[in-house]
Amino acid sequence: MLNLREYQCLGEALRAALDRWPDELCLIEANRDHENARFTYRQFKDAALSLARALQDAGFQNGTRAAILMTNQSKWLISAYAIFFSGGVLVPVDYKLTPIEQTQLLAHSKTEFLVVEYHAWRALTQASNFSAMHPRVVLVSEAPANADLAGAKRWEEFRAAGEPAFVPRERKDPACIVYSSGTAGRPKGCVLTHENYLEQCMAVTPIFPFWPGARYLSIIPTNHAIDFMGGFIMPFTGGGAVVHLRTLRPEFIRDAFTRYKITYMAVVPLILTNLQRGLRERFAALSPMKRRMLNALISVNRALTRSRPRLGLSRTLLRDIHQAFGGSLRTLLVGGAFTEPATIAFFHDLGIPIYNGYGCTEACTAITLNDQRPFRPETVGRPVRGMEIRILSPDAEGVGEVAVRSKTVMSRYLDDPEMTAETIVDGWLMTGDLGRLDQSGQLQLFGRKKNMIVTEEGKNIYPEDVEALFEGVAVKEYCVFAANFLWPARTMVGEQLVIVVRPEADNASAEKLVASLGERNRRLLNYKRVSGYLIWEAEFPRTASMKIKRAELAEQIRGATGREAVVPL
Amino acid sequence: MTTIEKTTDEVLQLAATHFKVPREQLKADDDFFKTLGINSLQALDLLTRLEQHFHIELPDYELQGVSDFRTLAERIQSRL
Repeated sequence: MLNLREYQCLGEALRAALDRWPDELCLIEANRDHENARFTYRQFKDAALSLARALQDAGFQNGTRAAILMTNQSKWLISAYAIFFSGGVLVPVDYKLTPIEQTQLLAHSKTEFLVVEYHAWRALTQASNFSAMHPRVVLVSEAPANADLAGAKRWEEFRAAGEPAFVPRERKDPACIVYSSGTAGRPKGCVLTHENYLEQCMAVTPIFPFWPGARYLSIIPTNHAIDFMGGFIMPFTGGGAVVHLRTLRPEFIRDAFTRYKITYMAVVPLILTNLQRGLRERFAALSPMKRRMLNALISVNRALTRSRPRLGLSRTLLRDIHQAFGGSLRTLLVGGAFTEPATIAFFHDLGIPIYNGYGCTEACTAITLNDQRPFRPETVGRPVRGMEIRILSPDAEGVGEVAVRSKTVMSRYLDDPEMTAETIVDGWLMTGDLGRLDQSGQLQLFGRKKNMIVTEEGKNIYPEDVEALFEGVAVKEYCVFAANFLWPARTMVGEQLVIVVRPEADNASAEKLVASLGERNRRLLNYKRVSGYLIWEAEFPRTASMKIKRAELAEQIRGATGREAVVPL
Repeated sequence: MTTIEKTTDEVLQLAATHFKVPREQLKADDDFFKTLGINSLQALDLLTRLEQHFHIELPDYELQGVSDFRTLAERIQSRL
């Protein structure tokens, strides 16, 4: 592990890592049952530096903004290193967004260089707002031989001979602009500095140490803060290796565990519950005798791992299960959204420690991590090193808004001083989440203060971003809310969006309204859809500039009706 | 040459069998996430079954933004 205190920027730390472990494996890219590529640190360096030189020859310089729009693959990390080496600011774009949304973020970030996979580039060029973005150079990977690249260059051919110049950056300089939301509404581009990342890496590494030979299976999108840290910065600065899978099919994920002897994997709750379902089905297929034996071993393991995970013991007791996970798995990190304690307990009982965390992009990923010492699945753990937590205006039970302060808190939202001032107050980041610190310093979460939801896939959805798609629907006015914002519930699972509509006076046909709402809903990505509608006859309260006063409307609705009035869509 | 109607019908039949729902409950324009009550990973699982049936390879990104059976069938048809 490098001593990250010695480095000023990510480019410098990564450069030191590539020189420190030249012959160690750093990256494997697999697709289904075959391997596409494999790099040692030396090979990775060679691949990235010839790209860096070509970037610099094309005018890339200190502070240039460069976006990557790719699924998890080796070219993502090679491009990112070339960008950091050349002093650039990286804009990781979510490949799961629609092309229109991606274009909005590329335009907002004023991206000058874009690295993009061919299929995504083709979709971008067909987006209605394509002309809104103005990258100077576009590098397209994996394009067919005779493809029309619409002025872009081929990533594979964009190379130049000669040593590129290393461009140093200061710790307080921006390293990345990461969008936490705001595709259709107000873009929230978190400006994260080199210090943010270096400090976050130092804070989390004691819990997830990497070493030459340790392997991380990367399946959460690399544009997501968790994978960027766990599937790039942490393994590289520790001499470990990253395994990319070009598919999320469960059967190939299972196969990768055994084939590559995975040490760590980060998942979102959706993947964890899917793994759980698969295991339950396998257990159900066992003979009654084997089932009884398994249950007995699980009980023994549970009793012996209450105070702390004991991997060696669990691997002996439940050998077959651990072998199915490759036999080298130490921990599954789950984050991005709240995880049901029962799911964490299921894996813990099998001796597969689930470290659940709590964090947000604005804090450069992890705020707390639960290392299950002792086993407490109902909490999200203790603050990571260097993180201060305060509970603001706690109620009688000690529950209040979670505010955090640390060197990992972002510098600002890009081009939005007003929202920055609302979010970072006197150096404290207002998370908008409600929580309580217990006597042992562990954080428990109890819902949200803010009007938003987080899906099981770890996606933050803001109602304002969804509303635009309902424009023109045949009602007098409408507004989208998180159901838990209208009717606070002390939970962070199963969150849903609700559209509140004020129907036209002559809108007699409820059927027509439902069809219209349903049709709009379907244009949204499945995880962004509203789950039901609420009829509200009174005029919406508005500001002088005719903006809906959301908090006031929510209060009126809360006072007049309950959750049961929502009609499912 | 397989027609899009035939491909769509086979997609619906496979989805019905795989997720154990009556075939007559599924229509080409249905939102499969909603009709089948599945999440994105289960949809990928369906994609694997479809690949085996049609003897094609569909990258995960082909499912990006697709939520109805008809569009899914079109993506398959273009690779037949």
